[in-house]
Amino acid sequence: MPLFHLSINGKKYTVNADAQMPLLWVIRELVGLTGTKYGCGIAQCGACTVHLKGPPIRSCSFPVSAVSNQPITTIEGISKDNSHPVQKAWIAEQVPQCGYCQSGQIMSAVALLRDNPHPTDDDIDAAMQGNICRCGTYPRIRKAIKTAAGTLPKTNGQ
Amino acid sequence: MKIRKGLSRRQFIQQASLSGIALTLGFSPNQKSEVSIINAHMPAQTGTELMAWISIDKSGKVTIMNHRSEMGQGTFQAIPQMIAEELEVNLNQVTILFAPSHPKKYGPQPQEGSFSVRGWYKQLLQVGASAREMLISVAAKRWNAAPSDCYASNGQVIHKPSGQTLSYGLLVEEAITLTPPQNVPLKSRQAYKLIGKSLPRQDIPVKINGTAQFGLDKKLPGMLYAVVERNPRFRGKVKRFDDSKTKTIAGVKRVFTVQRAVFGSLFEGVAVVADSLWAAMKGRHVLVVEWDDSNFDHPDSEQLATQMRENLKKPGASPQFEAAFQTATQKLEAVYETPYQSHSCMEPLNCIAHVQDNRIDIWGPIQEANWIQADLSERMGVPKENVTVNMTFLGGGFGRKGFPDYPHEAALISKAMKAPVQVMWTREDDMSVGPFRPGGFYACKGGLDTEGRIHAFQTITASQWFWEDWSPNPYPDPKPLEYNKGNLDGMPGPYCKAIPHYSFGGVGTRSPIPVMWWRAPGACTAGFAGESFIDELAHLSGQDPIDFRRAHLPDKRYQALLDQLEAVSHWKSRGKKAGWGVAITECFGGICGHIVQVSRKSDGKLKIDKVIALMDCGWYVNPDIIRAQVEGSIIMGLGAAIKHATTFKDGKAVHQNFNTYEMPRITDTPEIEVHIMENDEPAGGVGEPGLPPFAPALCNAIFDLTGKRIRTLPFRLDEV
Repeated sequence: MPLFHLSINGKKYTVNADAQMPLLWVIRELVGLTGTKYGCGIAQCGACTVHLKGPPIRSCSFPVSAVSNQPITTIEGISKDNSHPVQKAWIAEQVPQCGYCQSGQIMSAVALLRDNPHPTDDDIDAAMQGNICRCGTYPRIRKAIKTAAGTLPKTNGQ
Repeated sequence: MKIRKGLSRRQFIQQASLSGIALTLGFSPNQKSEVSIINAHMPAQTGTELMAWISIDKSGKVTIMNHRSEMGQGTFQAIPQMIAEELEVNLNQVTILFAPSHPKKYGPQPQEGSFSVRGWYKQLLQVGASAREMLISVAAKRWNAAPSDCYASNGQVIHKPSGQTLSYGLLVEEAITLTPPQNVPLKSRQAYKLIGKSLPRQDIPVKINGTAQFGLDKKLPGMLYAVVERNPRFRGKVKRFDDSKTKTIAGVKRVFTVQRAVFGSLFEGVAVVADSLWAAMKGRHVLVVEWDDSNFDHPDSEQLATQMRENLKKPGASPQFEAAFQTATQKLEAVYETPYQSHSCMEPLNCIAHVQDNRIDIWGPIQEANWIQADLSERMGVPKENVTVNMTFLGGGFGRKGFPDYPHEAALISKAMKAPVQVMWTREDDMSVGPFRPGGFYACKGGLDTEGRIHAFQTITASQWFWEDWSPNPYPDPKPLEYNKGNLDGMPGPYCKAIPHYSFGGVGTRSPIPVMWWRAPGACTAGFAGESFIDELAHLSGQDPIDFRRAHLPDKRYQALLDQLEAVSHWKSRGKKAGWGVAITECFGGICGHIVQVSRKSDGKLKIDKVIALMDCGWYVNPDIIRAQVEGSIIMGLGAAIKHATTFKDGKAVHQNFNTYEMPRITDTPEIEVHIMENDEPAGGVGEPGLPPFAPALCNAIFDLTGKRIRTLPFRLDEV
């Protein structure tokens, strides 16, 4: 099995993996960062969302060999102390119920607000429609994104 | 530091309460091995255990055990919020830990029937109050003061006359030597500092940074991984399998037939066990299994529907009801149809089992810790006290994780491997293997008298009853339910009093499809039929749908709910361009009314503008958690009404993943407004009662706007 050199949340990892192994399982099982979740395996639910050199991707359907040397950010890289504006808004609006999908929701929301600090309702719908929440926290996700809007630091990195 | 005083310290208080459950005080001899901390970020329980739920260390730090599983419904917050109220500590002083299955210590722990608060709140308040009184008496003794001159606040006891204080941490070791007082008077609602307040949930901080530990996140040293190819027609047996390619995958250890108990039957699968999850999944991908599916039907959904429609005719007319029905001035008959559904929790099923000589340890997202403990003990022949069931956070439950099949299968695999094994279900497994929510078909008959009041009302149900599946036969031939007994699930009770001739019947449907409960079981389908049909009768009588319900719900609580629903929605001043529908259902001790508003978009397609919900759950703990539960129930109800259904073809579930089993998404989400009734009723359910009114309120709104009556779920909103 080939060796891959990954940069995740600013830290370097070397993993020995099948070239076609989805990045999700590399992150969870080989690197040991379990905040990124498995939900469907076919890029339909967004629970596995991570950032690859900025934009959000569905890591369950992204082979590790396609990462190349692009930096990856997972939920653990957003902030450990819940100090990121999106995390603060998630607390303020009491968004999560079971919480399983929320890593993915937050990763999508962070990416949205980085590109579009003042999204409209339609912008929010478009950016967030790939993330399923079975508990139905969508009304609060909308509110929390509006709460966080405009509060993100300008240079928010990978 | 733990204080162990031996078995003589073990005492029980018998609560003079609804249930009379025994709460263990002091300690449990097995406690050390049974308590486990599932969330890595959380500190271990320290200090002296004052009562089963409460430990306090010398510094005064309080740990409260949450003995209920947390699947999003908020018991992780609500249980400690109740205990802390009477214990007189602030929630930010408290560490909350999950307690494992331990019915002797914590009483029953199943997570079903919206029972966490309503089932045990009086006992839990009593636990906090009793502990507080013990701490007060120790402090009073030290000060040579009368306990009545002392009070507790903020984790300390205060001597009123002198202003002296003693922290709980300095009192706890002596407090445990006392006999816990019984029937301590509980605080009045006006005196609550925590209960009734929207305190932020304590589990949210770990759910937004990736540190909350769900079942799939739990790892054990030396753990193996398994995935299982299960029979897609559910009841078939393994004829043979070819694992020659599987065994060439590096890391695959063994491939073997495994069973899991689903009610009275053993369902089969082939387990692929490997040293990594990826190897197990790869191994399964190239596994070829041949099934013997010869001994049972392979139905299509259309066949099941035909069977149910036929069964609706089976119970036969009740002569009494028929005679009454015939005397009605206006008559109406309608059939409502609802589909099978999958639970589809965001976290697919998974379980870690570690079976050793005479001991079983389970870790996972578990809704039914006590049942799983008892079931494993019986099936695996291990004494119950040697079976430990540890709960992680649950990524959704909705009833599915309250069934012991997946731990049973994991235990059998672990036993065969002589190692801890994590069994992961893929999304496809989770969605297509069942058990499913059964579809329910309902034949309704109603007659009005000369004044437009309901004179006769009957509902016949055809569905699959899960309890028939306890039979060890491949699947049983169900008997008709006794006629005129019981109520239609979800239907407001007072209708029975107001309608002179009120009648029910039902017949089970024979099918090999495994079925079980789903959020708001029974009510989630029957509520659609009942509250749609009431609406049809309201229109037949020419009356306003809320006024019509008011006339047929002669009960103060319902009258207040209807008044409030009318007021918060401004029902009377609604415009003509929108369609408004109302529905009220009752289940698990909660009554919930919805008003759904629909209109046509500029392209002519229907859209849901707004849902207004009013929840009457009586006494409650945390209003924001109630609002969240009702919002979520509306979204889940919306999914079941207009997005998805489990269908079968040739005996197999057609939809295997979210690409065809469409879920409600943010784009489907209407504006939602949730109100809560304030009254002196006892605590009722919260997690489930908010779901059933949605579908009938939506269809009633569509009728109001378009004159079109929808009687079959799901339907496509953009095609109406």
